[in-house]
Amino acid sequence: MGKNVLKRIDLIFKHEDDCKEILQKTLNRSNDELINELIGSGLKGRGGAGFPTGLKWKLTREAAGDKKYVICNADEGEPGTFKDREILSTVPHKVLTGMAVCGRIIGATEGFIYLRGEYRYLTQTLQPEIDKFHKICDEVGLDFRVKIFLGYGAYICGEESALFESMEGKRGEPRNKPPFPTEFGYLGQPTVINNVETLAHTWTIFKYGAKKFRDLGVQDSRGSKLFSISGDTPIPGIYELELGMTVEEFVEDFGDGDTKAVQVGGASGFCVPRKKFRDIAIGYQGKLTGISLPTGGSMMLFNSSRSMYNVLHNYLEFFCEESCGQCTPCRVGTQQLLHGIRAVKRGEKPASYLDTLFALSETMKATSKCGLGQSVANSFQSIVENFREEMIY
Amino acid sequence: MSNTVNLTINGLEVTVPKGTTVQQAAELLGIKVPVLCYHKDLCIAGNCRVCVVEQVGSKRLLASCATPVHEGMEILTNSLAVRNARKHIIELLLSEHNADCTKCYRNGNCELQELAAEYKITNQNLIDLAQSRAYTIDAFSPSILKDDSRCIRCQRCVRTCDELQSVGALAVAHKGDHMKISTFFNKTISEVVCTNCGQCVIHCPTGALIEKNYIEEVWAAIADPSKHVVVQTAPAVRVGLGEELDLKPGERVTGKMVAALRRLGFNSVLDTDFTADLTIIEEGTELLHRLKKNLVDKDEKYKLPMTTSCSPGWVKFFEHVYPDMLLHMSTCKSPQQMFGALAKTFYAKKIGVDPQNIVSVSIMPCTAKKFEANRPEMRDSGYKDVDYVLTTRELAIMIKQAGIEFSDLPEEK
Amino acid sequence: MTVIQERVKELVAKYGRSRENLLPILQGVADSERYVSEYSMQVIAEEMGLSAADVYGTATFYSFMEITPRGKYIIRLCKTITCFMKGKNQILLALEDALKIKLGETTPDRMFTLLETNCLGWCHKAPAMLINDDVHVDLTPEKVHEIIRSYKQKANN
Repeated sequence: MGKNVLKRIDLIFKHEDDCKEILQKTLNRSNDELINELIGSGLKGRGGAGFPTGLKWKLTREAAGDKKYVICNADEGEPGTFKDREILSTVPHKVLTGMAVCGRIIGATEGFIYLRGEYRYLTQTLQPEIDKFHKICDEVGLDFRVKIFLGYGAYICGEESALFESMEGKRGEPRNKPPFPTEFGYLGQPTVINNVETLAHTWTIFKYGAKKFRDLGVQDSRGSKLFSISGDTPIPGIYELELGMTVEEFVEDFGDGDTKAVQVGGASGFCVPRKKFRDIAIGYQGKLTGISLPTGGSMMLFNSSRSMYNVLHNYLEFFCEESCGQCTPCRVGTQQLLHGIRAVKRGEKPASYLDTLFALSETMKATSKCGLGQSVANSFQSIVENFREEMIY
Repeated sequence: MSNTVNLTINGLEVTVPKGTTVQQAAELLGIKVPVLCYHKDLCIAGNCRVCVVEQVGSKRLLASCATPVHEGMEILTNSLAVRNARKHIIELLLSEHNADCTKCYRNGNCELQELAAEYKITNQNLIDLAQSRAYTIDAFSPSILKDDSRCIRCQRCVRTCDELQSVGALAVAHKGDHMKISTFFNKTISEVVCTNCGQCVIHCPTGALIEKNYIEEVWAAIADPSKHVVVQTAPAVRVGLGEELDLKPGERVTGKMVAALRRLGFNSVLDTDFTADLTIIEEGTELLHRLKKNLVDKDEKYKLPMTTSCSPGWVKFFEHVYPDMLLHMSTCKSPQQMFGALAKTFYAKKIGVDPQNIVSVSIMPCTAKKFEANRPEMRDSGYKDVDYVLTTRELAIMIKQAGIEFSDLPEEK
Repeated sequence: MTVIQERVKELVAKYGRSRENLLPILQGVADSERYVSEYSMQVIAEEMGLSAADVYGTATFYSFMEITPRGKYIIRLCKTITCFMKGKNQILLALEDALKIKLGETTPDRMFTLLETNCLGWCHKAPAMLINDDVHVDLTPEKVHEIIRSYKQKANN
């Protein structure tokens, strides 16, 4: 059982009924004040990319456009991530409030929740909550309406520009960037797109003030984060923890005593082997001691009974299927990596072929059009580097 | 705020208007960056990633065709990182490609092949993905052949059919490793709204979309002593042919073309211009007739305005998209088809040959003409009016196969 | 007007004719017909002023967009790593046994279709599956038989 090394936080799921009051209080403050509070809190995107939220809202506010939008990215598809589902089931009003405040700041009157098709059942409780929220908006005199847009089975639509394409009735193929969403988003208009958890955190910041949020975490990784924990652990589930802990501390609390590896950030994240638990911390890239890994919060634990070859094979199969297919390095590269590790395992290619694949994954990282292709190298390299034997024998 | 941007490419400074892409800026400096999915006629895709270049200070390479320049950018188009990445991209494309070039129609005329040769891709490091795929070849259309095993998924054909031609017969379907260029429900090209215009063929960088060629059939007809082979040539061919045979683009080579056709073995070398004149006479008559019927007699059955086009692509487009307006179209045939009908009736009698033994060939600049010749109603002579249609490119191939040195030919009539 | 034409006109009236509404309209047809047929796509293309190939290309991008006839209940079993580790293959065998069909197939009475899908977001209660829009978690082979039985009963009533 876990040693309770890590402090459990209770901010996101805390049951709070004062939605109208908080919305009113926040709207009474000026846009500049709110943006500064957000920037001062150090809140970074909780979907995995970690872009400073306050800055995102500021840039979109300043962008030129006649009709701006706020979009909540609820296309939670990263393997091992399930926290957004929980937020939308239990505390959706926090997300909606965040969206509405953002709308007021940037000048948007329409918001959307891009809900993945696999979570369609959430609409049964979410739509009534949205209807309730609209009444509150009317009561406080805010012109803001939220609609649910339903996804239909495409992991890549979690990528912001692919999400816009999907909402525009097209294939979810990521766009060329620049231009970025703050200038050219949904329907070519300036758009703020934020992860569900990020928006839920803005509630905390606007209600309790930036300091409460900032007091948690370390250096460049402020605040708390929801972690979706699964795999070989006696206590799988969603936990709100402080950012900045080492993987060692994490495993002390959540491991089953035989943890061989932890996959941080899902299939597009990094695999940390036991020998590196102490050196690696969870947070956003910055001036942390040791290496810090950015993450959407997916933590999968593997004990010594697991084959890391099977794990990598599963991730690569996932990417081969979910790649949008438009760009060469990702479409073909993912297939080469998958067929490649199979060939090495079967003895059809020599072990040195793994080095060829390594170099190929570097090219995928440097030339892919979007984050999917760029991130395949993360799990591929970290698993092959640390578990080379298991790839061959 | 200035309207120009200053940047350096490979150490050379250049100033360009805002909005210029890195690739365009490089071109202004005389630096060629290889491309595949980019085409000047089409919107920017940025998906093949062949054109990647390095921006000093960043590990991520950027697609030069899709990235606008910004002030102070430092670009390297041929650094080691760029070369290695580009080689990988080409190898990846080759690994999902039927790379048996010697048996491909575009052998010697393929943009992927050129790239592979330029970068000396001499070892097949990666796993061959193409052999395990059940790639299909769609050879049902009389005009266009689609070979999925040669497709590099640059999407040029989709953009062409949609943006340039507003037909939309092709689309990208599925995703991931199943992603492919497809028609509606993957039907054959002849079953969907394809107008056979062949613009996809022109824009395709490889042999994935090629014209259906009738070279062997025409050789066989020429070799058959019992057959009298008549050939008609369209005006555009005599201007386009030179470029295919290493002469100046746009040079009019009528005389040499006639000489070449005789040397290839065609029995009668004639001119589509003859029936072009006929078409004008016929259409003029029809217009006068309609004007009288509609404006004077007030007979609503005769529609105005009257449209006319000898382009079978346009006709098919009209039939698909504006079927309720078909009565506006002129009922006259195109010069090619009028010629075919005449060849097997009037001309046959004139030269005293049984029309059964006449093989009527036309040389046209367009693949849609192949479709037109195969339309079931084009049999007014009692036989198929035009037996085979060859494009300019096919004629050039036949001339080269015959070992004719085109530029040395005399001018003939 | 055919049933499909009426349905599409209804959906276009509800959502709008412009391109942004293609996904909800395709979903609307899929909801009532259990899949989007060739004919449906042609009707949608005509109503919205798009090419049929474009509608087809967009529809086939989305894994949940069925373009071949499916059963009344579509089962989607998660095959991503945690569900895999927690025994997804046993669940698959149990489903194939309970339904007497293999992965990808539909039962002859058109009641169930058996498919696989990627991460459903229930990794802490793996293995998991969707049956239409209902999620079933903490699966065991015994539970699977129970679940299928309950759906069969529901259908018979």
